[in-house]
Amino acid sequence: MQLRALVLIVLCVLMAALSASARGQDGTVLDRLGIDVHGFLDMRGGMRTQDDAYERDTSLGEIRLQTDISRMGDVAALQVRADFFYDDVAEETDLDLEDGTGLVDLREANVLFSPFRIVDMKIGRQILTWGTGDLLFINDLFPKDWQSFFIGRDEEYLKAPSDAVFVSFFPAFSNIDVAYTPRFDADRYISGERLSFWDSMGGSRRGCDNIVHAHKPDGWFEDDEAAIRVYGHVIGYELALYGYNGFWKSPKGIDTQTEKATFPKLWAYGASLQGPLGSGLLSLEAGHYVSDEDESGKDPYVPNSELRLLAGYEREIARNLTAKFQYYLEHMQDYGHYKASLEAGQKARDEDRHVLTLRLTKLALNQTMTLSFFAYFSPSDEDAYLRPMMKYKVTDNWLVMAGGNVFAGHEDHTFFGQFEKNTNVYAALRYSF
Amino acid sequence: MSNKIQAFLVSALWLCIGAVVFAQEPGVDAIIKKANDASYYAGRDGRADVKMSIVDKKGSTRVREFSILRLNVQGNDQKFYVYFKAPADVRKMAYLVWKNAGKDDDRWLWLPALNLVKRIAPGDKRTSFVGSDFLYEDVSGRGIEEDDHVLVKTTDSEYVIKSTPKDGQSVEFSHYSIWIDKTTFLPLKAEYYDKNGKLYRRVEAKKVETIQGYPTVIEAVASDLKAGSITKNVFSNIEYDIGMKERIFTERFLRRPPREVTR
Repeated sequence: MQLRALVLIVLCVLMAALSASARGQDGTVLDRLGIDVHGFLDMRGGMRTQDDAYERDTSLGEIRLQTDISRMGDVAALQVRADFFYDDVAEETDLDLEDGTGLVDLREANVLFSPFRIVDMKIGRQILTWGTGDLLFINDLFPKDWQSFFIGRDEEYLKAPSDAVFVSFFPAFSNIDVAYTPRFDADRYISGERLSFWDSMGGSRRGCDNIVHAHKPDGWFEDDEAAIRVYGHVIGYELALYGYNGFWKSPKGIDTQTEKATFPKLWAYGASLQGPLGSGLLSLEAGHYVSDEDESGKDPYVPNSELRLLAGYEREIARNLTAKFQYYLEHMQDYGHYKASLEAGQKARDEDRHVLTLRLTKLALNQTMTLSFFAYFSPSDEDAYLRPMMKYKVTDNWLVMAGGNVFAGHEDHTFFGQFEKNTNVYAALRYSF
Repeated sequence: MSNKIQAFLVSALWLCIGAVVFAQEPGVDAIIKKANDASYYAGRDGRADVKMSIVDKKGSTRVREFSILRLNVQGNDQKFYVYFKAPADVRKMAYLVWKNAGKDDDRWLWLPALNLVKRIAPGDKRTSFVGSDFLYEDVSGRGIEEDDHVLVKTTDSEYVIKSTPKDGQSVEFSHYSIWIDKTTFLPLKAEYYDKNGKLYRRVEAKKVETIQGYPTVIEAVASDLKAGSITKNVFSNIEYDIGMKERIFTERFLRRPPREVTR
């Protein structure tokens, strides 16, 4: 642990020196090569506001150096963005670039170029995003990092990187994006390592002494993922169609032989629409998740197929104050079969999970201060998740922020209610260079 | 007969003089139209690098650096692409605007860390542009039909025009005065009065240069007289008519910034 801290400090000094020399005078090696070095140093701490028998009181304690090295050439753009960090809470300390544990979380390492006039290609590690939801995702089946999201890391960490080839075609009639991931990239899911949760199969809470060890499909070009989006503008509206073939992104299945959690096969298709309505912005999205390994919905160890819907509306309600409202639905397709398949005593989820979200964003003090409030509320699950946050830019370089992750619910097994014991507050200090 | 010719010549002469006088003193709407064209529509397209320094009352300074591309499309519609270079936390962010004259603009923001193209809800155009004393409307232009304009004074070098909003509820000012240069038609100063008739805001063109035949503001200052803050914009590497393609102003080039902004 001490060694890792030392390595980190050395790296910090090195990067600071490098960036100072890169910006200090013209004609340094980096300048001549057209290489840009930027990034930030981020210190962050958080704690639970109540006892959790399964986890530490400290929910977050880390120092993180992000270095973003890029070169924009005429032929290609190169980018390597890596986080070097010391994380005091993590149990898993072995270096794993896939999970972002250990000392390094490689966020991006890719090359972007245009092999033809109407084609762009990005190859390598990259962050992938699409869809119209705000902190709700239907057709965006790229990996998420729920753990980072719930403990108070910056919102950018909700997106976990993919190792993929992303090809965009721009024929005259529309735009087509294809993402191919040769080896499945799972979510950085809630394993119990830092957040305790309700294990519906086991019927109990789990935490850091009983972490989920999932069996992840890991065959190159065999356990692969493909996603496609076709989109275009129709009379001021953005219309998109989506498709995905891969796996459930979090380990929602159980292998009854090994009793390990698994990622069953999934394919999905959907559509979205976004555009102005009145003085605001309307978003609609729908998706059908087809759980290939259990089409009838009878297998209790494989999640059922689902229909997911989302409707959102955003508008400025006062100067520098924006509100966004969303309604989201998860409808289980074969609910009867699901209920029949449950074991005695196992808590059933509802056929329809309804979620409402509200986001309020207020900019103040010449936009140097952001006050943000995001709330998820499920009337069907009777649970809620609140994300209050404030950040203030002290100078162009220094930023302070503080916030909370508040979970509330009636029952142990509901989506947000299960995290009740993880309610936490956090604060951070960041220097960008 | 000769009298008739004389009368004709005299009246023709008067007509000519009238026409000359009329040409020298265009109507107020024509002046405003020309000023709007000179400020926001020069050339078919244009680019500039902008260094924006925001100095607050206490003297602390914040700096934003960005490149801006503009393309005139049909009618008064335009497309803008803004690519941020500083400060570090907004570096590589890009902002795309399709300005729809007389309607809400379509706007998108590119957030590189999330790889996200985020469509932005239509907003009040009289809010600060990136936290500066310039307003969104100062950057993209205010519809000339939104105000009633009165020519108050004509000096040797300037027209002074008072503009009063047709819909007083939609804006924070009661009226504003603009000083427009008679030869270039560039507005050199605008002063805004609040609902109590008190001067509270000033925007000035401090330096003007002619670039490729287009008179161009290369230094502009906006002052918030109430808050005591001042923002200075310095424009450099200005170019017009570079043959910008409309396809630059699409999601593709948010994801992959065009050469026009990165070089």
